[in-house]
Amino acid sequence: MIAIVDYRAGNLRSVERALRKIGFDCCITSDGEEILGAERVVFPGVGAAGRAMANLKEQGLDRVLRQVFENGRPFLGICIGAQIILERSEEDNASCLALVPGEVRAFSSSLVSGDHGHLKIPHMGWNGLERVKEHPVLRGIEPMDEFYFVHSYYPVPASESHVIAYAGYGIRFPSIIGTRNLIAMQFHLEKSGAPGLRILKNFCQWDGKTC
Amino acid sequence: MLSKRIIPCLDVREGCTTKGIKFKQNVDIGDPVEMGRYYYEEGADEIVFYDITASNEKRDIMIDVVSRVAGDIFIPFSVGGGIRTLDDMRRVLLAGAEKVSVNSAAIRDPEIISKGARAFGSQCIVLGMDVKKVTPSDAVPSGYEMVINGGRTYTGIDALKWAQKGEALGAGEICLNSIDADGTLDGYELTLTALISENVNIPVIASGGAGNIDHIYQVLTRGRADAALVASIIHYGTCTIREIKEDLHARGVKVRMSW
Repeated sequence: MIAIVDYRAGNLRSVERALRKIGFDCCITSDGEEILGAERVVFPGVGAAGRAMANLKEQGLDRVLRQVFENGRPFLGICIGAQIILERSEEDNASCLALVPGEVRAFSSSLVSGDHGHLKIPHMGWNGLERVKEHPVLRGIEPMDEFYFVHSYYPVPASESHVIAYAGYGIRFPSIIGTRNLIAMQFHLEKSGAPGLRILKNFCQWDGKTC
Repeated sequence: MLSKRIIPCLDVREGCTTKGIKFKQNVDIGDPVEMGRYYYEEGADEIVFYDITASNEKRDIMIDVVSRVAGDIFIPFSVGGGIRTLDDMRRVLLAGAEKVSVNSAAIRDPEIISKGARAFGSQCIVLGMDVKKVTPSDAVPSGYEMVINGGRTYTGIDALKWAQKGEALGAGEICLNSIDADGTLDGYELTLTALISENVNIPVIASGGAGNIDHIYQVLTRGRADAALVASIIHYGTCTIREIKEDLHARGVKVRMSW
């Protein structure tokens, strides 16, 4: 069973639908026991970091998620779930889970790109990845594949060794972060067509080891 | 960099599309879920479903369509038409749409934009704008006026000011439809599109007028649109989404080429 962590932030059903589509059983839950008992854990979400952290703490899920990470179960963060794994966020100046050293920064409102002029915030739409490391969940993903992003903040791990892939939007920013049993993506793989479903499927078959 | 998006628009009345896809075998498919899946597999970057059901009693049919689409199509899709209240938004989003678009309801009550953005996030709220070209005046200095009721009613609101107000209220995106160009197949309204796109800091989807692939190229370059809405041009088989993208790609426009 795959647990989708329900922390009352955003619509979790799209991840559930995507998992069902590719044939994996899952449940949306805020029950700590159930999350700790799950074979793997998905931590999705849209919303603001401050609200998300407040909801997690209120439900005692911050401790549960730290334990999931410690237990070595395959652990997938999506969008806001790729941000609040770091230590702190510029959004709401929130203290986060600190599973990975680093912080979450806001895109500057003065981003520009040579051909495109002034860049709009949020970074919303399809963008490619610049993969800097291999990872089991990226098996079968081609260099041409693009993914659907919607965000105004981006994760910056303290160590580049935790960055699996970057994306470019006026600046080069980390878009996939991985360490041990944790893999986290800034984009919405549940909304990224076939390549997104491929990553999700890879995750569902991943043993949580990086090599 | 972001790819420019190609977005098919399907008009849905009481659960059926009003323009079926003319496939090579000349079979019309009127099921929005089937058509949505077809365009998803063809490389659409996003899909817009526009509910033109006249009666309120039959709107539940659309919610059922939305939830069936959501179980089958794993790219973003938005729903517009008949969205008047926060509760209408909630129902559509819970059924699985990524975004809702508000149009005349926002003209009547602009607060629906800010309420929707607060409740669901700006990224969910698309401001749909129907615009007609007029002689510039004190009230409408840009020479583009907001219209409602399919273009029959002028509102006295300047389109550029309205776009900026919509952004300030929390809209995450603008779907900009030129009533003058709509249905002409003569090309998008490039001046209007560039005017709005250059003066807001949220993405602009151009709508109305696409008759050939060059029109799409023009609106994504000279018109500075972030995305192009397409309807007749693909529904009637003038070209496929793949052909549109291959042509744009060959001409140096960044589009998503792998799906």
